[in-house]
Amino acid sequence: MNYAIPVPALWPALPEILLSVGVLALVLFGAVRGERSAGTVRLATLALLLVTLVVVLAMPNERVVTFSGSFVLDGFAKFMKALTLIASAAALFISGDYFRREGIDRFEYPLLVLLATTGMMVMISAGDLIALYMGLELLSLASYVIAAFHRDDARSTEAGLKYFVLGALSSGMLLYGASLVYGFTGTVQFDVIATVLRGDPGLGAILGLVFVSAGIAFKISAAPFHMWTPDVYEGSPTPVTAFFASAPKIAAMALAVRLFVGAFPNILGEWRQIVIFLAIASMLLGSFAAIGQRNIKRLMAYSSIGNVGYALIGVAAGTVDGIQGVLIYMAIYLVMTLGAFACILGMRRQGVNLEGVDDLSGLARTHPGYAFCLAMMMLSLAGIPPLAGFFSKLYVFAAAVQAGLTALAVIGVVASVIGAYYYLRIVKVMYFDEPTGDFEPLPANIRAVLAVSTAFMLLFWLIPAPLVGAATVAARSLF
Amino acid sequence: MYHAIVFLPLLGFLIAGLFGRYIGPRPSEIVTTALLAVAAFLSWIAFFQVGFGSGGGRVQVATWFVSGGMVVDWAFRIDTLTVVMLVVVNTVSTLVHLYSIGYMHEDPHRPRFFAYLSLFTFAMLTLVTADNLVQMFFGWEGVGLASYLLIGFWYKKASANAAAMKAFIVNRVGDFGFALGIFLVFVIFGAVTFDGIFPRVADFQNAKFLFVGIEWNALTLACLLLFMGAMGKSAQFMLHTWLPDAMEGPTPVSALIHAATMVTAGVFMVARLSPIFEYAPSALTVVTVIGGITAFFAATVGLVQNDIKRVIAYSTCSQLGYMFVGLGVGAYGAGVFHLFTHAFFKALLFLGAGSVIHAMHHEQDIRHMGALRRYIPLTAAAMAIGTLALTGFPFTAGYYSKDAIIEAAYASHRPGSDFAFLCVVIAAVFTSFYSWRLFFLTFEGHARWGSHGTDHHPVAHGAHHDHEGVDHNVRSGDAEHAAAADHEHGHHGAHQPHESPLVMLIPLGVLAFGAIAAGFLFHERFIGHDYAHFWKGALFTAPNNHILEEMHHVPAWVVWSPFVAMVIGFVTAFYMYLRRPETAVRLAARHPFLYRFLLNKWYFDELYDLVFVKPAMRLGRFLWRTGDVRLIDGLGPDGISARVLDVTRGAVRLQTGYVYHYAFVMLIGVAAIVTWYLFGGAR
Repeated sequence: MNYAIPVPALWPALPEILLSVGVLALVLFGAVRGERSAGTVRLATLALLLVTLVVVLAMPNERVVTFSGSFVLDGFAKFMKALTLIASAAALFISGDYFRREGIDRFEYPLLVLLATTGMMVMISAGDLIALYMGLELLSLASYVIAAFHRDDARSTEAGLKYFVLGALSSGMLLYGASLVYGFTGTVQFDVIATVLRGDPGLGAILGLVFVSAGIAFKISAAPFHMWTPDVYEGSPTPVTAFFASAPKIAAMALAVRLFVGAFPNILGEWRQIVIFLAIASMLLGSFAAIGQRNIKRLMAYSSIGNVGYALIGVAAGTVDGIQGVLIYMAIYLVMTLGAFACILGMRRQGVNLEGVDDLSGLARTHPGYAFCLAMMMLSLAGIPPLAGFFSKLYVFAAAVQAGLTALAVIGVVASVIGAYYYLRIVKVMYFDEPTGDFEPLPANIRAVLAVSTAFMLLFWLIPAPLVGAATVAARSLF
Repeated sequence: MYHAIVFLPLLGFLIAGLFGRYIGPRPSEIVTTALLAVAAFLSWIAFFQVGFGSGGGRVQVATWFVSGGMVVDWAFRIDTLTVVMLVVVNTVSTLVHLYSIGYMHEDPHRPRFFAYLSLFTFAMLTLVTADNLVQMFFGWEGVGLASYLLIGFWYKKASANAAAMKAFIVNRVGDFGFALGIFLVFVIFGAVTFDGIFPRVADFQNAKFLFVGIEWNALTLACLLLFMGAMGKSAQFMLHTWLPDAMEGPTPVSALIHAATMVTAGVFMVARLSPIFEYAPSALTVVTVIGGITAFFAATVGLVQNDIKRVIAYSTCSQLGYMFVGLGVGAYGAGVFHLFTHAFFKALLFLGAGSVIHAMHHEQDIRHMGALRRYIPLTAAAMAIGTLALTGFPFTAGYYSKDAIIEAAYASHRPGSDFAFLCVVIAAVFTSFYSWRLFFLTFEGHARWGSHGTDHHPVAHGAHHDHEGVDHNVRSGDAEHAAAADHEHGHHGAHQPHESPLVMLIPLGVLAFGAIAAGFLFHERFIGHDYAHFWKGALFTAPNNHILEEMHHVPAWVVWSPFVAMVIGFVTAFYMYLRRPETAVRLAARHPFLYRFLLNKWYFDELYDLVFVKPAMRLGRFLWRTGDVRLIDGLGPDGISARVLDVTRGAVRLQTGYVYHYAFVMLIGVAAIVTWYLFGGAR
């Protein structure tokens, strides 16, 4: 009897290990120190995230597989992990003020974010269906809790509950799909699935693919699996919404790419149809439904649905250019979203957080700088050149056209024209309507995030090379 | 030197226009006026150099554009015609600038006014110095723009805006023809520079050109199209309607633009293109006939007008007709000479009228004047000189130039010249009549203003409004209070009419001198023995054109006819307005139809309103309401946005908030995709 199990190489998972150990240590610290430790824990979490970011960036670009093929480290994983870490850190960075004023500043929040981030890292590096599910569930469970983090608030608890129920349903679908795929291919490992599935995959595998896709679509909130998004975004505390809109989307999009391109490259024709369907549904829904919204968080929910649709165009292309487009899109989307949510967090009047679009009336006269930043975010989301949001769309549309998906690109352009309406309406409200009242001065951390994101929007067209270059390297590592 | 002449006004425009707000009104006035004075002084030097010496030639400034075989330069063509125009434009412009310092002293927007005046002068100078048709067109449009801006200077006054637009739009018609004419000239000659066109005209005199299905003589067609532009700019019959309305502008503007310079641009253009027109005799006949009709028509309307400026405006229109008759019969020198002298006495009359209006606190209706000679004797003297010159009193400026045209019209053998002769002689009677009527009503008789008029004045004034449809009281929104206050004073007789300040009288004096002496001093050169030596070929006459010789040998009754006409007009006016003031009213009552016909300017405005304006408005409204709003907006932007909102409402309604609905939608999604694969997608 030989029980000697070879110890796998642990170093490629160093970031995840760091985070896990950090969570455990901080839980202990928080439990010992009690409620007063919230500020310290947040700072420690931020520091940990940044250290992890440095570690991620120090990893090699070559593809490394460990844990018997469950864990993959490559350029793509590096890029996406870096984005995720930045998103988590930034969302955490702008949260403290809000929680303190709402009286729910507990040390659990940073830890839950940290757990969710660990789950996302695992998702991004997933090399088989088991790791995929494990990462996804780690993320989801943490997310359910933080959605309901304002537990005395009916809307917040409702959001958490809805998210949980629907999330459970989607998890079930994902697992069902995974079992079908395993049943028809005999393996859970992505690269083996890729070699098994070629030519006619058979209906069973396709059904599995559909169900797995549905589970992932739920996470990236692509239509028609988006229904939870507006309610959860509106009900959750705003910093949580900012987190939901940024980091998990990136991780889930990375997962989608990993799955489609890594496990099903030879049946591109089949999964492309799903992705195109999701993309069109998301873009149109995001554009149309957002027009009817008066609550800015709800509006941002539909905006995020629409943006996922545009990113899926790049996935549908399935080429290096397409994936590169997705990566650039998600990076720019991340900055725009964080900037926009920083603005929303700044909407406070006499200690009350405001969420109505009309509350922004005349902002240009009372807070010209603030209004300018938000206007830049909105114009960028609308895709107006030369702001960064224009280029993100340009890359995915160009990739789609090159891959022969011209009709899809045209639908994307039409949807973005329709969508421009509600972004421009916010600009109009700020610049042309009469002020209704004054906001409180912005806290320093929100100012910082706003300044950085606005500068990014404005200057991307001048110096696009670093991001575009990194995205190219990352995209190539998948093929 | 020529650079300075042309570009100093531009410099003045830039200074007053861009910095007027910072340097204030007084420095703006001084800078523009001083720069213009320098330009005028240099113009006179140029005039003597070129006209009496041997100067001239071409001054290249820059290349404007090159497109294929078409090369357009900024260049000055310096010859006698150019320097004559330079003298006219710059002299009158300088005097008007000076005069405006006094006339506009109440206006809060003086820098803008002076900037426009200088801009106008610059544009007019580029027009007259043009070396090619394109540059001429630039100046042509530039003066049109400046005219628009100046007519509408009091932009808060609705009637001024309407008049400005009318002037601009009516000129579009003429400019359309002018542009077509330039295109055709380029098609024929392959060049737009005068040097490239004039020497080769004779080669093309039988060229043909197909236009609107008819084969035309190319040169005739080109000349007719170009003349169409001249008709618009010089307010000739059918395109004249804008000129009387242009009197809405400040009076110095009327003097500069609508008497002395811009309206003569058409005359200048035909004279400049005399080498082409000489080979298009049919076109010249049209010029003659149109000129004759205009002279006659405008004179008849002038007989019954009551607004002091409108009388002079119709007089201008009529005199422009004289100039075209002169050109049309081939006596280019006579036409340009009349242009030259007319500039002096018509500017004098306008500035005099401005002085009267100034004295009367913005009253313009001559029925409410009278006996003003005692209060403003200098102005009255100036107006008398202007009137004498206009009616052609012996040895004044008009005597030489107008008589020359009448004689030329008689002497010419071209078709249409007899008709034109008849027109201009009758017009001379009318000219004399309405000029003296204006003078008598304004300066002689008994005063019909002040305390005398307190009772009936407002009523009469109201009636006057009905006639003209123009409110002369309100000069501008800003000056309104001042003007209204002044007007009140006028009604109650608290204020006497007062003589204008010196800064306004100096220009009157200078122009009065010109009105007396310009004809006497220069007639030998413009139309007499020194003709060839003076013009040096700037005005072209075909070898078979001996009109200048023949016009000196007409029968004695022709020579005397203008003088007789003048005397008849004077005596009639004297009788009707000084001796028996009631005869005029009785005459009007006895011929109500004729009176109203003339008072309403032959109903041209009403006719155009019916034929062009109303249908155009109807078409515009149709395209707007039905075409744009209902069809394009309805199916386009509005329709699409309405559909978008419908879809939005549907999508929002989907979001019920119930978890089981959400789950249901997710399952439907999965079911849809699976179905798709089962039945279609997966092959």
